[in-house]
Amino acid sequence: MSIPTSYLLALSAMLFIIGAVGVLTRRNTIVIFMSIELMLNSANLAFITFARAFESLTGQVMVFFVIAVAAAEVAVGLALIVTIFKSKRSIDIDQISDLRG
Amino acid sequence: MTQELILFFILAAVAIVTAISMLVSKNSIYAVMFLVLNFVTVAVLYLLLNAAFIAMVQVTVYAGAIMVLFLFVIMLLGAEKAEKGKDLPWQGPLAILLGGALVLELGYIIFSQQRGLLPGIEAVSESFGSPASIGDVLFNRYLVPFEVTSILLLVAMVGAIILTRDEREEKS
Repeated sequence: MSIPTSYLLALSAMLFIIGAVGVLTRRNTIVIFMSIELMLNSANLAFITFARAFESLTGQVMVFFVIAVAAAEVAVGLALIVTIFKSKRSIDIDQISDLRG
Repeated sequence: MTQELILFFILAAVAIVTAISMLVSKNSIYAVMFLVLNFVTVAVLYLLLNAAFIAMVQVTVYAGAIMVLFLFVIMLLGAEKAEKGKDLPWQGPLAILLGGALVLELGYIIFSQQRGLLPGIEAVSESFGSPASIGDVLFNRYLVPFEVTSILLLVAMVGAIILTRDEREEKS
């Protein structure tokens, strides 16, 4: 009658992989950050799918927490990017290599 | 083919196309816009899956607040086109190779291995995923994690302020 669970999980996996490839290929720190958001979002989709399939609200509550944690993470991460930009005048990930041993 | 399945395929196509467009767009502003479109599409999928409250949270918090924060930072830094200089030559092909390997692995697990174990999506009651039912679970079973989340948000707020504070003003 409706969407098979495996299709939804496959979509979630596709979005996660696109996000992972984004983290691996892009060098703009902000775009890398957005790729991480995309991966979090795909995990949320899997949570919602399982919540629906198992008819348990715990999955949806977990998504609520993931969104709250993502908001906190973005606030701190963007503050870090602004601070790095202030000292380096660039947000290219290749320029941020001061900790190289 | 039912209506829901057709709707799912349209939404899935839009989600994947916007995600890939986000990846390949040179201008960060366009990337943010594609990501907003992706989040809204996923929110519609949540609506299909009886998660109305989460869909609204997705639109307001993710597509609204978080992505606007990204836009602010990009415009503040003037970092629309930050990528100059040369990529590592093997980086792109290697990433696509690893991504392809992950596609195969996940496809294998989802479509062959666990086929019998995955429950199908059956009809549920109208109230499943409504704000009232979510609130009931959130404030009874998950009250302590909920409170911890509020502390986490406070810590993030303080952290962001401390990180971006202008230290020259303090010395004078």
